[in-house]
Amino acid sequence: MKRGISILAVVTALLLSLALYEALIGAPTERTMGDVQRIFYYHVPSAWTAFLLFLINFIASIVYLIRRNPKTDILALVSAEVGVVFCTVVIVTGPIWARPVWGIWWAAGDIRLTTTLVLWLIYISYLVLRRFSTSGQTPVIAAVLAIFGALDVPLVYFSIWFFRTQHPSPVIGGGGSLDPRMAHVLLINWAAFLCLAWLVSWTRYRLEVVKREVEEAQALESLLEGSR
Amino acid sequence: MSFFAITRATLEKDIRLEWRSKDAVNAMLFFALLVVVIFSFAFDPTAEESRRIAGGLIWVAFLFAAVVALNQTWARELRNQVLDAYRVSPAPANPLFLAKALGNFIFVAILEALMTPLFIVFFKLRALGETWDLLPIALLGTWALVVNGTFFAAMSLRTRSREIMLPLLLFPISVPALLGMVNATSAVLSGEYSPRVWIALLLAYDVVFTIACLYLFETVLEAE
Repeated sequence: MKRGISILAVVTALLLSLALYEALIGAPTERTMGDVQRIFYYHVPSAWTAFLLFLINFIASIVYLIRRNPKTDILALVSAEVGVVFCTVVIVTGPIWARPVWGIWWAAGDIRLTTTLVLWLIYISYLVLRRFSTSGQTPVIAAVLAIFGALDVPLVYFSIWFFRTQHPSPVIGGGGSLDPRMAHVLLINWAAFLCLAWLVSWTRYRLEVVKREVEEAQALESLLEGSR
Repeated sequence: MSFFAITRATLEKDIRLEWRSKDAVNAMLFFALLVVVIFSFAFDPTAEESRRIAGGLIWVAFLFAAVVALNQTWARELRNQVLDAYRVSPAPANPLFLAKALGNFIFVAILEALMTPLFIVFFKLRALGETWDLLPIALLGTWALVVNGTFFAAMSLRTRSREIMLPLLLFPISVPALLGMVNATSAVLSGEYSPRVWIALLLAYDVVFTIACLYLFETVLEAE
């Protein structure tokens, strides 16, 4: 197990270095936006990784409610935590890019931007709930909230879709094709980010398992002491 | 007892208790009055401008007032372990949820009916679109707030600082509903565009989350 993590860590470090080089030097400079466009190689892979982690959280939550296996609960917790981190990267890099390109930091009418923001808020409330919950039933309640959050996503998407038709938003190159070299760099970056997410999640997962084992052992110990 | 008999019994009990004590309603009413007055100071709008932002103001005021009411939903059942008694009784969970949600719906609807004239007076409102369209918007919007609010209030029963937990859970999930209510109301008040898509969105939101709440309430009740 430990060896697996070390190997993954080395692979992640190599991939991240390669990705950094490719994104800053290897990739061609975009004609109209210039170097600002390079933030795209961090923004988009982070978004994909975050959405993937939220999907894992949703599936793990459903499986937990059916099977009640603590391992799936830990998986749900970890994927939500790491997902929020990657989602934060998306939300921070978005405005940095938008300011020079759109001329504004934030476009409330933009569908992807706002959907991501709401998703981020939902998952933060999920983590707050887990932190504040005092009963032993935290996993059940958290899993229920995760399902509510997932049900909300399409509604958020459509509500902003309608919103946009009234409040025109900056035009983004929705159509148009991506230069194959840019797509190549994007994929390298995504692979690196996925490895990083996997590494962090795995470590966090092990930590949570150990933490729960320690808590259980301590509870057992105090029980034994009490009976003595 | 059948499903509806339990729902009715619980609802009648809640309304009778509230009628005799009038705790929640009085607190909510005064709170709502304060919100409207403060808004009228904070946004000193001319009539034309107010029409544009009134949809947002009204629903934010309703939302705050509703949270005050929703936080009280289960407080009565926690005293004297009523909820534990309900849990061991053979009665199914859903009628209890439905009764609580309907009770909240009635309270919040009364509140809105009393607050709306205040808004009209303070902000000199007059609908330029179809005034009657406001009725389905109000009903659907209120249910959207109340159904999830009742559910999340039950979820936050066993958390630290329960009162602050409810808005933290409710507000992010309610974003599409809020967009729907605010834009539909603004559409009717300004008469500039049709509120129809927003009413459809509210309806979809209500249907999805009513089903989800009824489907998952038993899990949450047992998890307490």
